[in-house]
Amino acid sequence: MDNLYRDFILEHYREPHNRGRLDPHDLAFADSNPTCGDELGMTLRLDESRKRIADVAFDGRGCAISQASASIMTDGLRGLSLDEVRALDPREVIADLGVPIGPARLKCALLGYKVLQGAVQGSAAKWPEEADVLAGPSTGGSAP
Amino acid sequence: MAYLDSAASSQKPRSVIDAVSDAYAHHYANVHRGLYELSTDADARYEGARSALAAFIGAPSHREIVFVRNATEALNLIAHSWGRANLGPGDLVLSTEMEHHANLVPWQQLAAATGANLEYVRVTDDGRLDLDDLDARLAREPRLVAVSHISNALGTINPIAEIARRAHAVGAIVVGDLAQSVPHMPVDLATLGLDFAAFSGHKMLGPSGIGALWGRRELLDAMPPFLTGGSMITRVTLNGAEWNEVPWKFEAGTPAIAEASGLAAAIAYLEGLGMDAVRAHERELFELAWGRLAAIAGVRRLGPDSADEHAGVISFVVDGIHPHDVATVLDRQGIAVRAGHHCAQPLMQRYDLPATTRASFYVYNDAEDVERLTDGIRSAQRLFGTA
Repeated sequence: MDNLYRDFILEHYREPHNRGRLDPHDLAFADSNPTCGDELGMTLRLDESRKRIADVAFDGRGCAISQASASIMTDGLRGLSLDEVRALDPREVIADLGVPIGPARLKCALLGYKVLQGAVQGSAAKWPEEADVLAGPSTGGSAP
Repeated sequence: MAYLDSAASSQKPRSVIDAVSDAYAHHYANVHRGLYELSTDADARYEGARSALAAFIGAPSHREIVFVRNATEALNLIAHSWGRANLGPGDLVLSTEMEHHANLVPWQQLAAATGANLEYVRVTDDGRLDLDDLDARLAREPRLVAVSHISNALGTINPIAEIARRAHAVGAIVVGDLAQSVPHMPVDLATLGLDFAAFSGHKMLGPSGIGALWGRRELLDAMPPFLTGGSMITRVTLNGAEWNEVPWKFEAGTPAIAEASGLAAAIAYLEGLGMDAVRAHERELFELAWGRLAAIAGVRRLGPDSADEHAGVISFVVDGIHPHDVATVLDRQGIAVRAGHHCAQPLMQRYDLPATTRASFYVYNDAEDVERLTDGIRSAQRLFGTA
């Protein structure tokens, strides 16, 4: 258990980064994890070029894994272009958590990613295929 | 390990596993068809399981037992077959806020298909059905009332015989979801006063893939078939078909043959223990666990306090720790519990909870499992720094 709930994860859970809601915002989306009903919302602001992420915040309720994952993922979004966000590989999100994620908690770990994709695509994104995400380490930068 | 998820599905005794294996190894042929000895042997075992099940739940006749895959299929069969033949626009169907999705969604689909109205009996803060609300809705004379005997998400034991009595007083047909009661307590259909009942074999030590619908003979006789095809007919021409008698009218195609032998072995196992003893054992574990959980600061338990109204199913939340995290921490210590909405999302919405953690007991659990559960919850609190 200690290799899943490392201090790193618990710190992000207790004091998540980028927590809250941006108003006004340019993009917003909310989605839920059907296995537990957890809901997560995300608001984003774009920079003057309208093509890059200037700021991001998320809110909602969820488990340590979903909250820490959203916290860690959103830390890396500022300055990314929308195309880069769309191309974000879910395996990178899992890898950035730095703890072993099995099939039982995969949706928890990817809830923030799914909401983010919904925000930049303008409609609900599909869950990444479990087999693809768990197949192996991220090849880095490849489109999902 | 401590397996505390029997409300989802039970483990199997050796005798059940052996019965399924023996059925395949020594007694296997298709049923209802063969003119050879192996087939009549298989047929006798399949029909023997039906008779054993009828006796186990106090059904007046084995002819009132329809084998289906599970309780979900049984409820869908009632909704499709009885429901579409008997309900129309404006008719009222009554269910409750505490139902499993299996006893909700088929009625929603039925209402959408027939124009019937669907309403739900409210649940009180302490997890009981609000019987005043039931009476108020019964006054509008629903045609059908669908209610669970025991809530899978809360463990509440509903006064289903009393509910059936009141519903019958206004002329309603009463459907009981007995998925959580038949495995865990003595059930006598003759005294419950229902019109239909549904339950699954896999929750009562039996194999998955077989369950039962019980219905009063005159209702089953009058109903159109649900699935059609082989076995359920007596005569077929290119212009039409005549239906077999009940229960076979509702058993189209090759059924779960070896599983029926497994179910018969499960019934024999439970009868050997005695259902009174099963209920007493789980009552003891419930009382122990209910008290132990109450002693942990930050643990909130759902459902009624009284063991008379609460089966061996305990739903709880731990302050500051998500139910999924509780379950994962417990899992790493070899304790299997459920976390989620337990297929009862409207009930979770009622309590404004995304999910709960649920521990459920059965014949193979003991006091040590309860101690492991409570120790595990305390360790989760230490890990998350909420203790």
